[in-house]
Amino acid sequence: MEKECAKREVTQSMENQICVEFDAISENEGLARVIIAAFLSRIDPTVDQVEDVKMAVSEAVTNAIIHGYGEKGGRVVMTAKLSGDGELAVDIIDKGVGIEDIGQAMQPLFTTGADKERSGMGFAFMEAFMDRLEVESSPNEGTCVHMWKSFITGQIASQPILQAAVWNRSGRV
Amino acid sequence: MERNMEEFAIIDNYLCIKMPGEVDHHGAASIRECADRLILDDKVKNIVFDFEDTTFMDSSGLGIIIGRYRKISCFGGKVYAINANERIGRLLKASGMSSIIEILA
Repeated sequence: MEKECAKREVTQSMENQICVEFDAISENEGLARVIIAAFLSRIDPTVDQVEDVKMAVSEAVTNAIIHGYGEKGGRVVMTAKLSGDGELAVDIIDKGVGIEDIGQAMQPLFTTGADKERSGMGFAFMEAFMDRLEVESSPNEGTCVHMWKSFITGQIASQPILQAAVWNRSGRV
Repeated sequence: MERNMEEFAIIDNYLCIKMPGEVDHHGAASIRECADRLILDDKVKNIVFDFEDTTFMDSSGLGIIIGRYRKISCFGGKVYAINANERIGRLLKASGMSSIIEILA
């Protein structure tokens, strides 16, 4: 038993990195979630931790498909890295239209996709469900979303607290 | 992907929508189209989103709810969310949805 625990710690402390490239079609949003969940499984995360990461990845990949490529197709790259100290780093990269004003795009409820019924909560969710979020983007070159989350054993799963948005009767703030 | 119409039921003037296992942008369009067709054709007043089968939902789900809310609230209709698991219930509350819809256990 003791031996097994020791072995387990060794596996946990090893670094691991993956890079997946897929077509920018909505079907692959689910695929990206499954891949990231499988990638995390070896460090024994809690269900809530996995769901947090799946949520953030889903939002970032959806953004790349809808906003980056305007649902006209392209390629999305997802890289994920687990470092020895139990931190996950995920990057979602597209070579789409890019974001002109990142600050504005990251504001809760801001959306350019109101006609497509986007809630404008994508970046807010990524921020709420991960520990850290950075967005790099240049118009016409693409966007890279970097996200980090720590999985240090014994750490209490962070309770995502979103700044509560208030929708009025027309469904907007 | 065409949705199975059995996932939509009209009881009195309530449209009940059985949400899929995973609610994301991929499945959102077909839910929206089916729901809106029924809202127009069948004089639906209120909408009930049933999350019994749902284990995952991202912000696309909020978009679906807000969009349907806009369509029916101007006629005095109400939107309800039922059978949401703990996580989805928390998400609906934390994102402020509880100010426009009623979340029932």
